[in-house]
Amino acid sequence: MYVELGGEGLVPIAVALDRAEDARPFVEAAKPTHPSLIDSDHLLAELYHVTNVPTMIWIDEAGTICRPHDTQFGTDTFTAFHGKSSGPYLDMIRAWVRDGSGAMSRDEILRRQPAPSEESQLARAERALAWWLHEHGRAAAAERHFERAGKLAPLDWTIRRGSLPIRGKDPFGDDFFAMAGEGVPEYPMESVTPTKLG
Amino acid sequence: MATELAIVHATSEDGSGQGFRTDSVKATFDSGQAYVAPEDVGRVLGWSLRDEGLCRGDVCIPVRDRAALVNDAGIDLIKLAEILERPLALDVEESAAALGVAAGLRARSMESLAAPDFELPDLTGRMHRLSDYRGKKVLLIAHASW
Repeated sequence: MYVELGGEGLVPIAVALDRAEDARPFVEAAKPTHPSLIDSDHLLAELYHVTNVPTMIWIDEAGTICRPHDTQFGTDTFTAFHGKSSGPYLDMIRAWVRDGSGAMSRDEILRRQPAPSEESQLARAERALAWWLHEHGRAAAAERHFERAGKLAPLDWTIRRGSLPIRGKDPFGDDFFAMAGEGVPEYPMESVTPTKLG
Repeated sequence: MATELAIVHATSEDGSGQGFRTDSVKATFDSGQAYVAPEDVGRVLGWSLRDEGLCRGDVCIPVRDRAALVNDAGIDLIKLAEILERPLALDVEESAAALGVAAGLRARSMESLAAPDFELPDLTGRMHRLSDYRGKKVLLIAHASW
């Protein structure tokens, strides 16, 4: 579906904030023709201050961000759940590829970027330590640091929800619903289609 | 008695490029503090103590209380992170730590609007760099199974 978006003019790069074994079934089913990358270290979350997925960022030919984080969906699989249809956003991407429209001014981007804090950066360090400990078979110690990371950044789901599969918990189960009850991370971006169901 | 401390840290100051790596340094633990051998701090993190302060390349950060940073046991890792304004997660029992990226540096990087470069593998293990696609529009999509 991304190929028809921009043809030669657009390179979609998909990055899964997942372990390879968790991402593999989804990526293989999608058979992407564009780069589809695995980021178990959450490097992208660090560099772009990602706090939830999905999110899309537009990067222009010079390597400059021209539209920041926006919780948008490339398909309508979950439209009934979140109330966003993919159509208007995909139209915007097509227009951007065609004539550059939809790119934002510097001021507007700065206004809409989420701001990292000392707590959010410490949460990422705690998460990095937890992941390392997990990878080295020290699950109990990893658990302590996943917990600490989550407390430092309660509204960062790359940390809290994203750690559930690693910790043997269901990211669509009770732990997730308890988390969602505390609030949902939102980027400071007005949606293209702000209508919510209900 | 010095033991090995595993330290996860960004390969570049802001983490761009090849992301994180883990190195082993010699450390001594005392009352929840980790003291790292100065030569290992230099080798792994690039910072060394000079008369001017804590230096890396041409950059020096003055150290007001040198005795609080370094003693016979080595460089206090917690104090070092404080001076560098970098977040530190430390687990003394597991002899492991992660030294993250300073909030101020991340904020400045985001304000520049320059898309940080990164290198990540696909499912076959082949590495891809964002900067390989300079000259084209890129739609960067973060997604996950969870």
